[in-house]
Parts: sequence; structure tokens; C-alpha cells
Amino acid sequence: MKRKFLTTPYMLWMLIFTIIPLILVFYFSFFESGPDGIKFTTEYIERVFEPIYLKVIFRSFALAVISTIFCLVLGYPMAMILASRELKRRDFLIVLFVVPMWMNFLARTYAWMTLLENNGIINQILMALSLPTISILYTDKAVILGMVYNFLPFMVLPIYSVLSKIDRSIIEAAEDLGANPLRTFFKVIFPLSLPGVLSGIIMVFMPAVTTFVISRLLGGGQYMLIGNLIEQQFLTTGDWGFGSSLSLILMLILLLTMGIMSKTDKDREGGRFF
Amino acid sequence: MKSFLMRSYTFLIFFFLYAPILVLMLFSFNESKSRGHWGGFTLKWYVELFQDSQIVSALYYTVTIAIIASIVATIIGTLAAIGLTNMRGLPKVITLNLTYLPLLSPDIVMGISLMLLFIFVKLNLGFLTMLLAHITFSLPFVIFSVLPKLRQISEDTYNAALDLGATPFEAYKKVILPQISPGIVTGFLLAFTMSIDDFVVSFFTTGSGVSNLAISIYSMARRGINPKINALLTLMFICIMLLLVFVNYRMSKEDNKERRVDN
Amino acid sequence: MKKRVVRSLVIGALLVGLLGIVGCGGSGKEKLYVYNWGDYIDESVIKEFEKEYDVDVIYELFATNEEMYLKIKAGTAKYDVAIPSDYMITKMLNEDLLHKIDLNNIPNYAGIDDRFKNLSFDPNNEFSVPYMWGTVGIIYNKTMVQEPVDSWDILWDDKYAKQILMLDSQRDSIAVALKKLGYSLNSRSEKELEEAKELLIKQKPLAYVGDEVKDKMIGNEAALAVVWSGDAVYMKRENPDLEYVIPKEGSNIWYDSMVIPKTSQNKELAEKFIDFMCREDIAYKNADYIGYSTPHREVMEMLPQELVSDPAYYPAEGDLANSEVFIDLTDVLSIYDRIWTEVKSQ
Repeated sequence: MKRKFLTTPYMLWMLIFTIIPLILVFYFSFFESGPDGIKFTTEYIERVFEPIYLKVIFRSFALAVISTIFCLVLGYPMAMILASRELKRRDFLIVLFVVPMWMNFLARTYAWMTLLENNGIINQILMALSLPTISILYTDKAVILGMVYNFLPFMVLPIYSVLSKIDRSIIEAAEDLGANPLRTFFKVIFPLSLPGVLSGIIMVFMPAVTTFVISRLLGGGQYMLIGNLIEQQFLTTGDWGFGSSLSLILMLILLLTMGIMSKTDKDREGGRFF
Repeated sequence: MKSFLMRSYTFLIFFFLYAPILVLMLFSFNESKSRGHWGGFTLKWYVELFQDSQIVSALYYTVTIAIIASIVATIIGTLAAIGLTNMRGLPKVITLNLTYLPLLSPDIVMGISLMLLFIFVKLNLGFLTMLLAHITFSLPFVIFSVLPKLRQISEDTYNAALDLGATPFEAYKKVILPQISPGIVTGFLLAFTMSIDDFVVSFFTTGSGVSNLAISIYSMARRGINPKINALLTLMFICIMLLLVFVNYRMSKEDNKERRVDN
Repeated sequence: MKKRVVRSLVIGALLVGLLGIVGCGGSGKEKLYVYNWGDYIDESVIKEFEKEYDVDVIYELFATNEEMYLKIKAGTAKYDVAIPSDYMITKMLNEDLLHKIDLNNIPNYAGIDDRFKNLSFDPNNEFSVPYMWGTVGIIYNKTMVQEPVDSWDILWDDKYAKQILMLDSQRDSIAVALKKLGYSLNSRSEKELEEAKELLIKQKPLAYVGDEVKDKMIGNEAALAVVWSGDAVYMKRENPDLEYVIPKEGSNIWYDSMVIPKTSQNKELAEKFIDFMCREDIAYKNADYIGYSTPHREVMEMLPQELVSDPAYYPAEGDLANSEVFIDLTDVLSIYDRIWTEVKSQ
């Protein structure tokens, strides 16, 4: 099974467009050009570990974890529905699922603000029904809502695509052997869908950690997240060294997290095809 | 009962996804420039939209780049995913981690470093550079959509095809590809979604008058988004919906025909 | 069927893409690259210029001064005219990124009011020609705030907790705190900045920071907000309950001016464009469309009387006694950045 050459175009691509930029990030993190030429420094990296910045990193991770969990919990049933055999016009529904994401992000987020504001549409409706109004704009909740809204398809689609081709006979076998639906789900369906879940988590969690626009708009600037901080270094402060160091550390932490996750996933890789 | 639950859940999720779109469409008819209050019904933003050549050209570039970038990314990404599943040990770990990189580097870092790279190789910033950048950040989404599908296929399927006399290429085309097609479609859709809405990377990798909608819209942020953007998005939305309904109609007609032939 | 759809889609896309790449070659006319904020010009003006001078204008947009600066500094494209703000002009000047403008080629410069000449960032009018200007002040809702508003202090009043909106920009928000303390908004003193930080932290439970101030104030979502004057005029028109003041402690006056970056390869045409933008009828069109204050004397007279007499829109020089223009603080920006991070991550 020598199909490795198929990765060649990809590896070349990544070499040019990802590795070289990455080298630049390394360079900016560890070298600074002063009046007496370029010299090595660890000053930027050390700065990342100051408590105030660690706090920002921690907060970004916490919000991203929560959003990812919400996406998974909300998205999994949706993926199951999309994959269920009874469904007619499946392709149509799947495209419908991503179409909202094609409308500009900023415009959509402003629309959320119109919905969520104190005198917003949701509260107007609640008031008309004489229900208590909500006030979540400019809180953690709004930021999480924004993230779930924006990243949900990235969780649902990979899970759906895996679920859609699970061998029906396995599920039927479990049912024949007397497993109740819950047991069938946790013992058979869910483990089989894990590769999709893992992909979904990667595609939601990573962008969620580095995003800054959602927190800025829906969080009312109450929260500084790591993406925000990095953006500020490159644009406002012009401190590329510190900005690069922040993103370098961020990448390291994320890669480690992924490493641990794929370790736990490795056991099931045995006996499979590729 | 089960199907009722399924239907209500689907409805709720879709409502969640489409509620802001409805609001956005509603406000494209707002006489007032602000979404802060309703000033009466108007169509003037639609008129202004078509007089704005900047936005029209941005729309053209947005769609073209999104389509080309997602197609190229889907092809390269699918091939890479197939190759990746054939790898073991260290090379596999390295390739996988390489694939994470574009996902986990903040947009601004990717944008600026790609910009520096393009300047370094003396590539004129414009259509081509923006396209290259879009393919780069779309690739991981394709790979992570296709990969789990490949891991689902049993080795026997491929071997059986070979035993039956298929060449490896045929085995892939006739056996593997149809099996992983939901993953490929998913990857394409996600890549398209990433491309059509990107601001930061696009901003730093474009030039020579080539702009996309995200750049036009974000650059209005300081002064407030002009409602003609709402008008534009409304039109885009309606066009996509019409296209979908049309394709859906054609396909179900085709299906019926096939079924009749089968019978 | 499916296959056919996909195949024709691929081919179509590639063809269109090829057209796009080739299309850039375009006509053989002279080209002028203009770099501006989004929605910051009457689009018809560009077409008029193209027709009158028989050239192609390549018009590009940026979202912040800093993004524009990065692209020009990197030398990515041949921008001929850009419209940055005051402090950014200083920064670009310090880094030798700007061409001198020959005012002899800009006869319409005579129309610019003397008030807007010899500004601190360009003392000899060598590098920039003013495009729009304004102030920063407080806009408040008269139905929610009964007392007279004349000082930044009101932004720290518990009564209006959760109803105050600040600008989402480190420089602007720190400037407000500095002014309230009676310091210069261009302060380089760590002690003064530390005090400003404490003040902003104290304000945090009371105020939100956001980009979308305008819609909020118009929609009666907040009582007080820090805004730019040009926006204030528009907000007052949409919601008559709003009033704008420049606090007595002084504030920030800002200018967006046209410059010719060193990336320009057609300085002559760039100067023609700047001159064109200063022409009375063109400047009027822009002022009318954008709604910000124009530095053009005759255009001011052409605008509706009630606008020009509005001190929020066109404050007299006396009203601005304590106000300052931002200067470039590149060397101490890291202190500003640290303060802002500390305030925000509290």
C-alpha cells in the first residue's frame, strides 16, 4: 500500500506556505535587531509567562473548552438526525446548514446584537408575552453563544459524515442482542463515530482559542482573549517579537493538547485499514 | 414520537442558525441608516448597492476566490488524506502536526507572515496571492473532514477490489472514493465557508485593487456598516436559496426517472 | 447528473479565475492607487475623476490606521494616495514613508481654512492635506441624563452603571482617563499612566467598550457614550433626544489627511487627485455624503446653517482650548498596551 506519494503536493504546499512563515515566527520570537546587529534573546518568551498574560491565555482556553462542549452536545444529535436514513433531501439540508455561514460574519454578529440587546427583538417578544426579559449581551454567555453559533457546522459536518456510513448491521446486531437504545448508542454508535468527533473538536476548539472578533463584539470588550492580545501586538503596539512569542507558546500548548488527545485515540487505530 | 422530536430539534437548530439572517434581511429595508431604530420601509439601499462598483467587484472576487480555493483545497487535501492514512510512525505524526498549524496560528500571524513571504519572493500582491493564502488555510478543514471517513473503511474492501482484478487506481476510484464522498463534500463546504468570510488573511495578502467583501465590510467598522451591505447579503441569500431549490428539484426529478427505470 | 454538475462547476470556476488573473492586466490607461477607509468617500467622485483625467483609479480599503501602515511599510503595493489620521502621519513621517507634496500643484489648497494649516503633525504643510476633521466628546441621552453634562467625571458616576459606552481603542480610552485627571493625552509619564489605569479599572463595572456605539445610542440602549463628533451629528439626526458635548477638561481633536506614500510611482497624478478632492464641488459632495466636518472654508458655507452653527459639529477655536491632537507615541506604546491589557483582563 504505497500511496504515500499522494501527500507530496500537500507536503510541498505546506512546506512553502506554512513552514516558512513558521520560521519567521521563530525568528521574530528569538531575535531582535538592535543598533549593533541582530542578537538572540529570550526576553519575549519570558514575558509571555508573566501572570497577567497567563491569565489571558487561561481565560481563552476556558471559553474555548466550554464552547466546544456546547457545540458537541448540541451538534451530535443534529449530526445523527442528518445521518438518519429516514431523512429525505439530505444533501439539501446539509448545504442549508452551512449557508448562514456564508453571510458576512460581522453583519451576522451585529444581527445577534439586535436580537440580544436590552430593547432587542428577543426581549420585545418576551415582554409582549409578559415573561421576564434577559440581559446577556456583554457577558461570557454572549461570547459563548457567538462561538457556538459560528463553529457549530464545523462540529456537525464531520460527525455527520462518519455517522452516515456506519454499518447498519452492527447497530441491528446490538439491538438483536437485547441492548437498549441508550446502551447501543454508548457502546456501539458513539465509539464508532469517534474519529468524526475528534475532527469536529479540532476544527472547533482551535479556531475558538485564537478568535478575537467574537469576544470583542459580543463581550463588550470586557474580556481580553489571547487572539486579541496577539492582534494588538502586531497592529497597535508594533511589538512583533512579543506577538510572535505569544503565538508560538499558544501553538505549543495546543499541539500538546492535541498530542494527548490523539494518544488516547491511538488504541483504536490497530486492526483498521490504513 | 421519535420523528416529532427529531423534527422539532432540527427546527430549533435551524431557527438558531437563521434568526440573525432574518434580522439582517429585515434591516435591509430600513429607511434609517442605523439598526438602532426602524425608520420605515425603503428600497433605497438596493439602488445604492448597484451604484457601488467597489462592492460589486468585491463580490466578484469573493465568489471566484472561494470557489477556486475550495476546489483546489479539496483536491490536494483529499489526496493528502489518502496518503496520510498510508503513513505510519514519525512521518505520520509530523504530517498531522503540520496540518494543525494553519488551524492554530492566529489569523494575523498567518496573514502577516504570508505577506512577508510573498514580498520576499517578489510576487505581486493581488488575486493570485490571496488565492494561495485561501487554499492554505482551507486545507486542514478538508483533511480533517476526509480523514475520519478513511479510517472507517475496512482494509478488506480495498483488498477485495484488488483480488477482483481492479488496479489500485480503479480500486480507489470505484470503491474508496464513493465511500468517502460525504467527507469530501463536507470538506469542500467547510473550505468554501472559510474562504468566503475571511478578512484578516485576505487583507494582508491582497493588493492591486483586488478586494473581497469581508475587507469592504470590516473597513466600514469605524463608521458603521452601511445598510447596503444588508441589501447585498439579502440578495446573495435569495440567490443561493433559489439555486439550491433548483438543483434539489432537478436532482429529485433525476432520481424519480432512475427509479422508474429500475422498476 | 451530479457528476456533470460538479464537472461544469469546476471548469466554470477555473475559467472565471483565469479571467480574473488576466483581467488585472486591463486597460492601458494610467493608474492611480488610492487607499482609504471604508465608506469614507462619495463613490461618484472617483468616477468623475477617472472621466476627467482619463485614468483608472484602483481604490482599496483599510479598517485601521495600523493595518494601512503595515501594508505601506512593507511596500506591498504602489499606493499613490492614502488617508491616515494625525498621529499615524507623524509615525510615517518619522519612518520616511511620505513624499513631500508640492502645494503649487494643489491650487485648491487655498480653499482650506487657515485653522487647518500648520497643524502639529505637519507644521509646514509639506506632507499632508486635510480631508476631514473632528473631535471626541460625550454623547448623552437627555431623557436618561437630567443633569448638565460638561465633564468627563460623569462617566464615572455610579448612577449610570452599565449605561456607559467607551471606545474600543486603547489610545482613545486611556486619553479620556488622562484628560479627566488633567494630564495631557499624549502623556509619556509612567506615573500619570498608572493613575489613568486605576481610573479605568474603577470604571470597568460601570462601562462597556464597543465598536457599535452608534446603533446603541440611537436605539436608547445606553445613556452616555464617548464618540467622534461626525458620528454624533448623524446620531442626533436619528434620535433627537441625544446631545453632544466636548468636556471642559478638553479632548482630542483629530484630522484625517491625504498623503502621498513613498510607494507612489505617479506623484504627479497623486497631486492632481488631491487637488481634485479639494475642489469646492467635490469636497462638498464628500462632506455631504460622509457627514463629517470639512476643513474647506467655502464648503462649510454651502452646508446647512444649523449644522455649521452646531458647536458639536463645528466647534469654535475657543471651545477647544484644552484639546489636543494625538502625537505618535511609538516608543511608549508598550506601556499603553500593558495598561490596556491589565484593564481588560481584570
